Amino acid sequence: MSTATATAPRSPAPGRPPATADRRRRFLPRVGHWFVTPYVVFLLVVFAYPLLYNLWISFHRFYFTAPGAHVPSRWVGFANYRDVFADPVVRKSFVNIGIFLVINVPLTVVLALVLAAALNAKLPFRGFFRAAFYLPYVTASVALVAVWSFLFGSDGLVDKVLGPLAPDPSWLVNSTWAMPVLAFFVTWKQLGFFVMLYLAALQNVSGELYDAASVDGADTLRTFLSVTVPGVRPATTVVTVFAIITGSNLFTEPYLLTGGGGPADASVSPVLVMYQKGIEQAHPDFAAALGVVLVVLVVALSLIARRFTEKGD
Amino acid sequence: MTASVAERPTAPRSPATAPGRPERAGLRPARLAVLLVAAVAFLFPFYYMIVGSLQKTPDSTIAGAVPHPSNTTGADYSQIDSAIHLGRSLLNSGIFTIGVLLCTLVFGLMAGYALARLRFAGRSSLLTSLILVQAVPFQLLVLPLYVLIVRDYGLGDNYLGMILPFAINSTAVFVFRQFFVQIPAEMFEQARIDGAGELTVLWRIAIPVARPAILTGVLLTFIGPWNEFLWPFLVTKDQNMEPLAVSLANFTSNLQATLVANPTGGIMAAAVILAIPAVVLFLVFQRHFTSTHIDAGVKG
Repeated sequence: MSTATATAPRSPAPGRPPATADRRRRFLPRVGHWFVTPYVVFLLVVFAYPLLYNLWISFHRFYFTAPGAHVPSRWVGFANYRDVFADPVVRKSFVNIGIFLVINVPLTVVLALVLAAALNAKLPFRGFFRAAFYLPYVTASVALVAVWSFLFGSDGLVDKVLGPLAPDPSWLVNSTWAMPVLAFFVTWKQLGFFVMLYLAALQNVSGELYDAASVDGADTLRTFLSVTVPGVRPATTVVTVFAIITGSNLFTEPYLLTGGGGPADASVSPVLVMYQKGIEQAHPDFAAALGVVLVVLVVALSLIARRFTEKGD
Repeated sequence: MTASVAERPTAPRSPATAPGRPERAGLRPARLAVLLVAAVAFLFPFYYMIVGSLQKTPDSTIAGAVPHPSNTTGADYSQIDSAIHLGRSLLNSGIFTIGVLLCTLVFGLMAGYALARLRFAGRSSLLTSLILVQAVPFQLLVLPLYVLIVRDYGLGDNYLGMILPFAINSTAVFVFRQFFVQIPAEMFEQARIDGAGELTVLWRIAIPVARPAILTGVLLTFIGPWNEFLWPFLVTKDQNMEPLAVSLANFTSNLQATLVANPTGGIMAAAVILAIPAVVLFLVFQRHFTSTHIDAGVKG
């Protein structure tokens, strides 16, 4: 900040006067600080402090209190974490998320890239297709979940179309199918966003590579695999990591679509357990520890995915 | 998140256009076929939502997917209106969303402008935090925020408590910043030489040219609170404070079904009403909402 005042009175260098007035103003301290203060306060209040507070809660025996009341919280070390790992529902929820990600992430990457590649040409109704793909992404989960439960409910349209092929019991109350249906739902809802990401990435793939492939006589599939797929690798990393983060934070879908993680916990998710244990059953310390575990896993998984997708050949 | 593409200037260019290479014969019908199948898969549930909201009695047969005059009624809308106080829920959703939009536009534009055009200590670390924050899943913050806002500050059943965690949309701040960075410095020169303060420069010079970025920011920000379920669900106990997404979810899961003759039709009707504002806003802004902006918002 002291350098700012030192440079300010300097006279304009001959030949390039326009930069100085701008620079002098920009180096003035304070103005910028004033402008970002509300946002910085927001970040501290809504992100930094709650994150630290969550960590603190996870190491204490913590009780909900009424506003203004103070109940001392006892340090309990890793006791909450031990409870989390010993809980069978928590374990089940992590297995479920594993199933979810194994279906959701590859499906998202493949479908989004195929649709983006198909869209990447001069086509009639291109704007219509883009809008259609994006529509579920901008629409509330609650509204979409409502239609999906109508579609996939017992004796719903999907069952009617499939006839004898429909699973019994029906999708959402079937312990084998509940989690895959949630994975399909989330893939469908988020796909448009990832299609647009890939579409943007495809603009950076050099046309010369396609020309070269065409000269070499490569067919469409070959070109797609050897030019398009490697060309959008950075975007694939972003898509994978985003899909992992979104998927690991599943809440609304198991809460509403499968009626609170049913049948018999077949579709519970870690965040749903956080809500049930932490808020419904008033064990915030348990939920805080579960939150920390979830984040550590998500970060680890994202780093692995990143390494995996960024690996050159 | 990907370092390789960070800081790439993302000019407000026109929607991605196809490379001008010759198309292999026969590929075009294949493309169109793939896209058409996908469009049907994406749009059918929306169509089915509308059909279901107009049925007298729920008809999930294959024939029921086509509206039939003898089974069509507007009663589902009036039923759900009285069952979940539709007007009040819409008002709550509106206040929640407009509160977030106002905070994001006022404070977010200021922050975006400062991060793009002003020098101050800590600017680069703030820019890094801005990007990191977008990767923090909200669900992780839910428990401590619930303890703080509802239990400690007593802001349950309060619009302020509802708005606070969403008040400034970081993705929108980032979109604003990316846009302001690209405005040529000369545009600001004259105003500054004339002695205009930074607030005047922002208001008179930067904001008028930033319309596409602002529209993108509005759409991005709008769909957050309007569609949000978990947070307002935790903050509200009083039915009169529930936004529409929460009213609809509570209606669905508590099966207040006995209150109405056709619960499925009522749920579909409420779902249509919940979906319409975001869908309309998206279709209207679509032109401005190019892939470039999403790209800018995500890549960091």
